[in-house]
Amino acid sequence: MTTLTATPTSMETYPFTLSESTPVIDTKYKMIAENVTVSYGDIDAVKNVTMKFKENSVTALIGPSGCGKTTFLRCLNRMHDMTKNAKVTGKVMIDNTDLYSKEIDPIYHRRKVGMVFQKPNPFPTMSVYDNVTAGLRLNGVRDKKILDEIVEDSLKMAYLWDEVKNDLKKSAIELSGGQQQRLCIARALAIQPEVLLMDEPASALDPIATQKIEETITELKRDYTIIIVTHNMQQAIRVSDYTGFMYLGDLIEFRETKKLFTDPKNELTAKYVQGHFG
Amino acid sequence: MNSIQQRRQEYRSLFKQNVAGRLVVDKAVRIIVFSCVIVAIIPLGSILIEVFKNGITAISFEFLTATPGSIGTGQGGIGPAIQGTLIIIGLSSFIGIPIGVMSGIFLSEYGDNKLARFIRFFNDVFMEFPSIILGIFAFLMIVLVIGHFSIWAGAFALSLIMFPIVARTTEESLKMVPMTYREAGTALGLKKWIITFRIVISSAKSGMITGILLSVSRIGGETAPLIMTILGSSQFFSSFDAPMDALPLRIWRLSLLPYDSAQLQGWGAALVLIMIILGINLGIKYYFMNKKNGFFGKSIKQRRRLVN
Amino acid sequence: MEIPLVKKRVISDRVFKIGATVAGTYVLVIVALMAFQLISESYPIWQEEGLAFITKTDWNAVEDRESFGALPYILGTLTTSAIAMAIGVPLSIGIAMFISDAPAKIGAPLGFLVELLAAVPSVIYGLWGLFVFRIYFRDWIEIPLHNAFGDNIWLFSGNPFGLDIITASVILAIMIIPTVSAVSREIMKAVPQQQKEAAYMLGATKWEMFKLAVFPYSKTGLIGASILGLGRAVGETMAVTMLIGNATGPSAIPSSLFGPSQTMSSIIANEFVEASPASIHMPALIGVGLILLLIAISINVVAHLLVTRMLKIKEGAINN
Repeated sequence: MTTLTATPTSMETYPFTLSESTPVIDTKYKMIAENVTVSYGDIDAVKNVTMKFKENSVTALIGPSGCGKTTFLRCLNRMHDMTKNAKVTGKVMIDNTDLYSKEIDPIYHRRKVGMVFQKPNPFPTMSVYDNVTAGLRLNGVRDKKILDEIVEDSLKMAYLWDEVKNDLKKSAIELSGGQQQRLCIARALAIQPEVLLMDEPASALDPIATQKIEETITELKRDYTIIIVTHNMQQAIRVSDYTGFMYLGDLIEFRETKKLFTDPKNELTAKYVQGHFG
Repeated sequence: MNSIQQRRQEYRSLFKQNVAGRLVVDKAVRIIVFSCVIVAIIPLGSILIEVFKNGITAISFEFLTATPGSIGTGQGGIGPAIQGTLIIIGLSSFIGIPIGVMSGIFLSEYGDNKLARFIRFFNDVFMEFPSIILGIFAFLMIVLVIGHFSIWAGAFALSLIMFPIVARTTEESLKMVPMTYREAGTALGLKKWIITFRIVISSAKSGMITGILLSVSRIGGETAPLIMTILGSSQFFSSFDAPMDALPLRIWRLSLLPYDSAQLQGWGAALVLIMIILGINLGIKYYFMNKKNGFFGKSIKQRRRLVN
Repeated sequence: MEIPLVKKRVISDRVFKIGATVAGTYVLVIVALMAFQLISESYPIWQEEGLAFITKTDWNAVEDRESFGALPYILGTLTTSAIAMAIGVPLSIGIAMFISDAPAKIGAPLGFLVELLAAVPSVIYGLWGLFVFRIYFRDWIEIPLHNAFGDNIWLFSGNPFGLDIITASVILAIMIIPTVSAVSREIMKAVPQQQKEAAYMLGATKWEMFKLAVFPYSKTGLIGASILGLGRAVGETMAVTMLIGNATGPSAIPSSLFGPSQTMSSIIANEFVEASPASIHMPALIGVGLILLLIAISINVVAHLLVTRMLKIKEGAINN
C-alpha cells in the first residue's frame, strides 16, 4: 500500500495565469484568506492555508471527512469566535479589510458574509416571513413595505417565492427539508451580503431538492461570491468554477474545477478524485 | 454595476447605523446578567460568614456535649440535639434507603410498562410534597396511634422525603449502565437478581451513593416534619418511643427566645449543622469527582497517552 | 452448555421481582394512605364549616367560640410566593443566561456556588434572615420607604419591624433561585447549537442571539421552571415561619408589604403541637394542610408538564 504523501500547493506557488485565448479580465478577489491556522488545543485542524476567492465565482472545497474544510469555511465569517478552545491565526481579507482586525467588531463583517448550514435551521417558532426578516430587523429596518419588498426579493433569489408566496405566515417548520434550506438561503440573502458560505447545503436533502439548490447556486453566482463545502465531487464539478482540495488540514491543490478533476497536479488529489479514498 | 448590485446598495442604505448601539446594549446585558450571579452568591457568602463568625464563639466541648441549661442563662449546650440529629438520620436512612433503592431497581430493571410509568409519575409528584405535610402524616399514622411523640414517627417522616430521591437517582444511575452488561450476565446463565446486584449496581455504585448522600444531607436539615413527630427535648436519647431533640429543631426553638445567649447558642448549633451538611456535599463533590478520574474520566487523547 | 429457550421460573428471581414491585408501589400506597388520613382527620372541620372554611377569615381556638377559616393563610402563601417569584425568577433567568453561555472554567464553579444555596437548610435561612438580613433590610430599605411613601402608597404603610411579608418573600426568593436557575440552565442548554449559529450568522450580538434563538425556543420550559420555583415557595416552611410575623385570623390577611402575615405552612408549624386533638383546632390545621397539599400538587404537575414537554420537543424537533 503506497503511503500518501502530501505536498501542499498553495496559491502562492501556482500563479493565476490567464490563457492567451481569454481576454484580459480584471481578476478581482473578493475574499483572500492568508495563512489561516485553526487549532484546538494541541491539534491543528487547519494548517496555514491561503486561498483567494474571485468575485462572483463559486469555489468548492472538497476533501475527506476531517480534512478541515468546514473548519476553514467557518473562519471566513468568524464563526469560531463562538467555539470553545478554538484559536484562529492569520488574515481573512474581504475588500481589503481584515475580518480579524481588532478594531472592527465581527458584526459589521457578518453582514457582508452570509452562511447556510448543513442541516436546514430556520427559527422554528417563526413564520417564513419572520425568518427572512430576522436579520433585517436586527439592522433596524422596520418599514413594512420595505420588509415586504426584500422578503419577496430574497425568496425569489432563493427560488422559493412561488412555493410560499400565498402563505408567508406559515410556520417555517411546516416546509419540507428542501424548502427549509432554501428559506435559510433567503434568510442569509436578505441582509444583502456579498459573499455566501455554504456548508454542505444539500447533504441532508433528497436528489430533487439538491438539484434545486444547485440551480439556485448557479443563478446566484452572477451576483455573489460563493464558497461551498461539499463531500460530493460531482456536485463540485456541476456547480463550481474553482475547487480547493484539502487533506488533514492542509490545502493540497487549488485550481479551476475542470482542470483539478481532469488533470490534477498532485498525486494525493488524483487519488482522491479517482475515489481511492474518501 | 448591474441591477442586483444596485438593489443591494439600495437596501443596504436602509440599514440603520445601529451596530454601535447594539454592542452597548449587549454589554449592558452582560453586566446585568453577571450581577444576577453576584446577587445570588452574596447571601450564600453572608450566611456562611455569619454562621461561622457568630457560631464559632459558642463552640466548646461543653457546648457540644452538655444538655441545654436553664433558659436564658447561656449555660448548657446542644449535646442532645447533635445526638438526635445523628440518630434520626441513621434511622431514617435505615428505613428510606432500602425502599428507595429497590424502588429505583424496579423502575430501571422492570420499568418498561404502564405501571412503572404511573409509579414514576407519582414518585416525581411525591417528591414535591411540602415536608410539613409529611410530618402531619407521620403524626397521624404513628403519634396519634401510640399516644405519644416518638422517634419512629420522625424517622418515618424523614424516610418519606428520602426514598423518592433515592429511587430517582438509583433509577438514573442504573439506566446509565449499558444493556450489554446485563446481557453478558444472562448469557452466562446468571439469575436476574444476581446480575442486578453484582454487575449492574457495582457499575452504578458511585451515582447511587451520590444520590443517597444527597438525600441524607437534605434530611439532615429538615425541621418541619420533626416538629410534630419527635417534638424536641432537653434530654439525651432515652427510648425510641419518646421525644428527642435534633439540631434544626433546637435552632428554631433557640431563635424564638429573646435572650442574646440563646441567640448565640443558635448560631453555634447552626454552625454544627452547616458543617455536617457542607461536609457531606463537598465530600460528594471531591471524593467522587476524583474517583471518576479513573480510566473513563479522561479524554480520548489522555487515555491514549496512558495506554501508549 | 445449554441455553434454555424457556425462561425458567427461578424462585429467587421471582422473589426479587416481587420485592422490587412492592417497593415500587410503596409510593402509591403512601399517597393513598396520606390522602385518606388527611381527608378523614380534617373531616370535622369540613363538617363544621363546610366549604366556607376556605373563605372564612376567623381563627379562634378558644373553647365554645371555636371558629376557623383558612383564607388568610391561603392568601399569605400565595402573596409571599408570588413576590418571591417576581424577585427570584428574573434573577434565576439572568443566572442561567450567564452560566449557560460562559466557558466551563467560569461557569462550573459559579454554578456550583449557586447550587450550594440549595444545600442550606431552611431553618438556617430563617436564622440568618432573622438576625442579619432583617436588620439591614429594615433599616436600609423598609424604614426609608415607609417614611417616604408610607402615607400615600398602601404597600408601604405597615409599621416596619422586619418581620413581615416582604422580608419573608425576599428570603423565599433566594431559596428558589437554585431550583429555577438550574432547570432554566438545562433548558437553555437544550437549544440546538445550530439555532444559535444561525442567529450569529446574521450578525447578532449575544443578547440578540438569546432573543432570536434561545428565548423563543425555550419559552415553555422557562415558564415551567418558574412554576417549579413557585411550587417550592409554596411548600417552604421554616424560613417563612421565622420571618413572617405570625399574625392569625383576619389580621393575617396580607395588607401591606411591611405588615405581618401567616402562610399555610407556618400556621401549622406554629400551632400544630399546641392544638388539642379533642377540639376542631387540629382538624382545622390538618384542613389547612390538605389545601396546601392540593395547591402544591397542582402547581408541580403543571410545572413538570411544561418542562418535560419542552425537553421532549428538543429531542423530536430536529428530525426533519
